[in-house]
Amino acid sequence: MPLYRSARRGPDPQTLALLAGAGAAAGIAALALSQSRHNRVGFRPGDDAPGRTARSGLQEARPQTGRTITINRPRAELFAFWRDFANLAHFMEAVEHVTVAGDVSRWTIAAPLGRKVTLETRIIEEVPDRLIAWRSTDASEIRAEGAVTFRDAPAGRGTEVEAVVSYVPPYGELGRLVAKVFRQEPAIQGRHELRRFKMLMEAGEIATSRNRKS
Amino acid sequence: MRALTWHGKHDVRVETHPDPEIVNPRDAIIEVTSTAICGSDLHLYDGVIPGLLAGDILGHEFMGRVVETGPKSTLKKGQRVVVPFTISCGHCFFCERQQYSACDNSNPAEKQDLSEPLYGHAMSGLFGYSHLTGGYPGGQAEYVRVPFSDIGPIVIPDGLDDDQVLFLSDILPTGWMAAENAGIEEGDTVAVWGCGPVGLFAIQSALLMGAGKVIAIDEYPTRLALARKLGAEVIDFKRTRVLEALMEMSGGLGPDAVIDAVGMEAHGMMPDTIMDNMKQRVGIGADSAHALREAIMAVRKGGRVSIPGVYGGFLDKFPLGALMEKGLTVRTGQTHVQRYTEDLLRRIGEGEIDTTFLISHRLPLEDAARGYENFRFNQNEWTKVVLKPGTEVAQ
Ligand SMILES: [Zn+2]
Ligand SMILES: [Zn+2]
Repeated sequence: MPLYRSARRGPDPQTLALLAGAGAAAGIAALALSQSRHNRVGFRPGDDAPGRTARSGLQEARPQTGRTITINRPRAELFAFWRDFANLAHFMEAVEHVTVAGDVSRWTIAAPLGRKVTLETRIIEEVPDRLIAWRSTDASEIRAEGAVTFRDAPAGRGTEVEAVVSYVPPYGELGRLVAKVFRQEPAIQGRHELRRFKMLMEAGEIATSRNRKS
Repeated sequence: MRALTWHGKHDVRVETHPDPEIVNPRDAIIEVTSTAICGSDLHLYDGVIPGLLAGDILGHEFMGRVVETGPKSTLKKGQRVVVPFTISCGHCFFCERQQYSACDNSNPAEKQDLSEPLYGHAMSGLFGYSHLTGGYPGGQAEYVRVPFSDIGPIVIPDGLDDDQVLFLSDILPTGWMAAENAGIEEGDTVAVWGCGPVGLFAIQSALLMGAGKVIAIDEYPTRLALARKLGAEVIDFKRTRVLEALMEMSGGLGPDAVIDAVGMEAHGMMPDTIMDNMKQRVGIGADSAHALREAIMAVRKGGRVSIPGVYGGFLDKFPLGALMEKGLTVRTGQTHVQRYTEDLLRRIGEGEIDTTFLISHRLPLEDAARGYENFRFNQNEWTKVVLKPGTEVAQ
């Protein structure tokens, strides 16, 4: 499953741009600084951006992260595919298989050294063609919860799919294994999974540059 | 199979690799009959593009025979096809708008992470052009796996030989789109920097689109002679002050449109290279985007700037003031090859466009390293190299 923790801080293009024009930037920065003194804002009300896009500091208080992607397919089709959790193994790389019994799904996740980690989730909310939310059960080795929402994209562009997940890494050896599976960065894993979901739905297959089957 | 592989700066070798297989349903396998070395391959050869790994197979201009097809390919075994260098799924937001080189689904999910921090959005997949664009094995090989083979490759009718159609894979549509991006109106004066393959095709295209006068700028006599043969007036920038000359040759108005078919010169795109260039610049003042700055200065007020030349990173001392104050329009981008192939194939078939004049050398694939070396260091004589897998090296 797409396990998100915190938004990744990649190489920062703004820093690069600043370096590239270091001399001029120093002067402009000084100007901006002096202007900001004259334009101080005392109270900053909430804005319309998702909470997970808040600047760091505010963000640390939120274990929940997510990502939105536009997929050029009808909302009902995408919902139906996702609703059958057994399908998710098609585009979630670490997930070996998912078995579904009613509202409960058992996810078998491949971990290093041939270990397997089991995640058991129960659907806690469902709005047909719009929303699926799930939470790990007490029988699960990982504590996680997530929701995926499907909204019509504007101008007939298909569907905006938003996946939001919060995830608590387990303690001890299992925690280390799980961290390895998700490369310490569940957000990266989740991003890749949404992209692969999009590829599967739009192109009918998942792009690879491998030249051979194995 | 045999394939040309990259190993480092100015180090390419022909080696044996496993043959490709059908991996995805829409794949096809092409047996390559002709494959060209491109000017942008020289950026890889010079080691200024990041994201290449030793052993990567290069080449993005290729054509050949279909030898195997996946269950969802629309190609048939035995068909002759030219393959666009841009890999496009055909169904995403961008492909539906014919912006094929912006395809969302052709760069593998994990490789999209390489370019997203650099550009704000992930690049699409390209053949043989670094892992930023997917790390797809390229076409300077005996066989190529072609993904989404129902969208990209164009079937070539009998009667047209390889040399006539090979450049549909990249440089011909790239030159055409460069001219289209210049927004040419009947009788316009158009200046083109760089008489490499893309510049030459841009000249040819601009004239077909109704330009009254095309002025070509380069330093190599052979390339300038080719430009003149196509109908352009020429400027040798080693002997002439370009800005002044362009003003005089356009009645003091300046060219209506300018095309930068040079792109980055010995200029990388990653932070360390940027810093290197900055340091070097202090000492030697080496401009790595001289053509673009000059083009922006030369173009008339309200004119159009087309940039088919390849850039990768950040640009220092960009004449943004000239751009704004003169009210210029800039258009650029990797070529949406699939948008143009059908129309250009028709024009070739009807004899309206000839591309064979460009080819200076034809070599067996085994001789590819020599092709790279000469195309890089002997640019006056080596205007375009076509490799022919399956032919023998002459002794
Ligand atoms: Zn090319
Ligand atoms: Zn696409």
